[in-house]
Amino acid sequence: MTHPSDTGPAAPVLALRDVSKSFGAVRALRDVSLDLFPGEVHALAGENGAGKSTLIKTLAGVHRPDAGQVLLDGAPVLFHGPGDARDAGIAVIYQEPTLFPDLSIAENIYMGRQPRRPLGRIDHKATRTATAALMCRLGVGLDPDRPARGLSIADQQIVEIAKALSFDARVLIMDEPTAALTGSEVARLFGVVRTLREQGAAVLFISHRLEEIFEICGRVTTLRDGARIASEPLDGMTEDDLVRRMVGRDLEELYPKQEVRPGEIALSVRRLTREGVFTDVSFDVRRGEIVGLAGLVGAGRTEVARAVFGIDRRDAGEVEIDGRALTNGAPSTAMAAGLALVPEDRRAQGLVMNMSIERNIGLTGLRTTVRAGLVDRGAERSRSLDWAVRLHVKYARIADTVSTLSGGNQQKVVLAKWLATGPKVLIVDEPTRGIDVGTKAEVHRLLSRLAADGVAVLMISSDLPEILGMADRVLVMHEGRITAEIPRTEATEETVMAAATGRAA
Amino acid sequence: MTVVSPDPTPVAEAAESSGTRLADRVFKVRELAILLVLLVMIAVTQAGNSEFLSEQGIKDLLLNATILVLVATGQALVVITRNVDLSVGSTLGITAFAAGIHLQGGGNPVVAIALAVLLGTGFGLLNGLLVSLGQVPALVVTLGTLYIIRGIDSIWVGSRQITAADLPAGFVDFGSGGISALPYLALIAIAVLVATAYYMKHFGSGRELYALGSNPEAARLAGIPVRKRILAAYTFCGALAGLAGALYLARFGNVDSGTGTGYELTVVSAVVVGGVVFTGGSGSVYGAALGALLLTSVNSVLPALGVSSVWVLAINGTLLILAIAVDRIVALRVAAALKKRNARHG
Repeated sequence: MTHPSDTGPAAPVLALRDVSKSFGAVRALRDVSLDLFPGEVHALAGENGAGKSTLIKTLAGVHRPDAGQVLLDGAPVLFHGPGDARDAGIAVIYQEPTLFPDLSIAENIYMGRQPRRPLGRIDHKATRTATAALMCRLGVGLDPDRPARGLSIADQQIVEIAKALSFDARVLIMDEPTAALTGSEVARLFGVVRTLREQGAAVLFISHRLEEIFEICGRVTTLRDGARIASEPLDGMTEDDLVRRMVGRDLEELYPKQEVRPGEIALSVRRLTREGVFTDVSFDVRRGEIVGLAGLVGAGRTEVARAVFGIDRRDAGEVEIDGRALTNGAPSTAMAAGLALVPEDRRAQGLVMNMSIERNIGLTGLRTTVRAGLVDRGAERSRSLDWAVRLHVKYARIADTVSTLSGGNQQKVVLAKWLATGPKVLIVDEPTRGIDVGTKAEVHRLLSRLAADGVAVLMISSDLPEILGMADRVLVMHEGRITAEIPRTEATEETVMAAATGRAA
Repeated sequence: MTVVSPDPTPVAEAAESSGTRLADRVFKVRELAILLVLLVMIAVTQAGNSEFLSEQGIKDLLLNATILVLVATGQALVVITRNVDLSVGSTLGITAFAAGIHLQGGGNPVVAIALAVLLGTGFGLLNGLLVSLGQVPALVVTLGTLYIIRGIDSIWVGSRQITAADLPAGFVDFGSGGISALPYLALIAIAVLVATAYYMKHFGSGRELYALGSNPEAARLAGIPVRKRILAAYTFCGALAGLAGALYLARFGNVDSGTGTGYELTVVSAVVVGGVVFTGGSGSVYGAALGALLLTSVNSVLPALGVSSVWVLAINGTLLILAIAVDRIVALRVAAALKKRNARHG
């Protein structure tokens, strides 16, 4: 991998020099530099929204930097698209697998680079054989002819890795590759990563599991709010050191959990089952309690919330609010019984993006603000204003469309919309995903205060520190079942992750 | 309706049993199902009217299908990329008239056909540019060009009309002649169809059309030139609509400013009935061609059985909804089958 002209071994194969990138008013990256050396596994650490994804996409040729340079073998390059980066030997495994569901695994791996026969025709047989060989190398028995549709997340990840292996990438960028893998799958993946490293590839590794960073990486670059905090060897660092660099502030402040004595059972879920999605899910949430629902993406947490609220029909089981059973598949009765659901995807499910703040908050109150069949705009406005102010939504005018607000403020509007119904039970699904740290702390304070006022809160979150910091009790789901119930005092990253990945706790 | 009522059952059964057992072969199953319906329908008709499958009968069947097969082939490519081209009917009308005007003035038939293809290519290119560069939904853009092209056609054609008498005898003979039961026009359509199918299966850019229809974002990340491919699909679709226009002229010898009005909906129906999924990424041009054959056969079957042709539209609509229902059922079954298979692996 070294060039004859290089004076020493320390020549980065890929580097960023003072790269900045903005999206509208948001500065995603500010003067970030990064060196990736052949034969190293380099960790990229940072909180959600710190700029990791933007950095990856810049290296992958998806984004072009506003300022600064990308250097390949020391020479500035300009990637015009992902194809250019790939041709330069850069492979990216994204957090969300990017497969073609209708095409076979073999086609997914070799799309755009299929082995050819004369006249430029695709050699289907060679494609299949090469795929089988890759699967063999990875030690998995996936059929190359099988369509990608319906593959488990772990298998999709395997296909992505096979894709990177297939063109002998010099630089491999892995964005949370282990998030959905079980223990043995992670071990297998790390084996592959070590082999690649020994062959001289540079690996950029992103993971929220700190122990994995310490296990496989040699150096770490920390990002916070789009700026590089440090690039340093991991030797001699502790997990606490790393967290301090990532967060840069006192952790207590981010999770202002008040001690509350739980009251009566407010939400009771018994043997809830939706075939093929989740099975035999039972739990209670008491007044004043915040119950965290943890698990990997795809474990079925959101689906449970949807079935509880009645958006999806349940195949079996009961849901009760204050001892009253809810009708299957009827969100309106759930709302009337005092249940509120703040959905995961606020843009698609939580808000009408091109409608005003006032009217978005007003949506849940249409029953109370309607007089003689017409919406009383005055009542709607005062109700919305009241909640917008209570939640400290930052806006110019209440009649502005929600699309003009920042992510964090949009999330507050969704919360306001549901809190305005005066719920007894509040289900929040990923309440702080993709919002800045300041607003995150505000949302946490709000949830804590609601619980103190006697609301039963069920909080679904993939953000482990959030679960540990906010929940009185943690329920963990794995592949559609609740695999553990852990009290606050015993909940640690290890116990929760063990249950979430199906390892024995 | 009595005519088609026995047919839905075989579709559902064939798709269902094979769908669960051989989930991976779902595309082929889908085409076999259409073929089966077609054969059953023809067999039933033949039983009721032995004249139906005479040499002339087969020839008529194929001649009627030819033009729709051509346009549906082009449309299939566009639909596979998760787009649609609604302007094909207008393109067919204007290219048929252009070819006719050329021949009326004593022009060469080969040049006339080339002219029609070229004009169609131009309109295809225009659609492709608007959709791929403008980032506007294809449904809206091509609805716009549908009216624009039709408008230009109406202004240009006015109340003029081209009839078979204006055309060289050789051209008209070519339009109705053939080798025994196989019309020349059908031979052209088959050649185009086979070549397109081969391209779609064996060439990188053909597979990329499937890829970008299946997951546009992943296609972009895989370095596929998405806009270029969409542009190419539209251009090809326009070219085939142009070719179809010239062949329409040869077949019917009669073109006015209304030619091809409403044809786009028949084309889209044929494509969907043939198993090309409207949300892109799956289906084949063979399926689309079979869909076209099925829809046009209904036209011939009903008179042969002495049923009034007023039923044709209702039956076509029923086939369309049936096809979508079958697709949905098969998709659900396949998903369930794959899930089971995963469980066994895990």
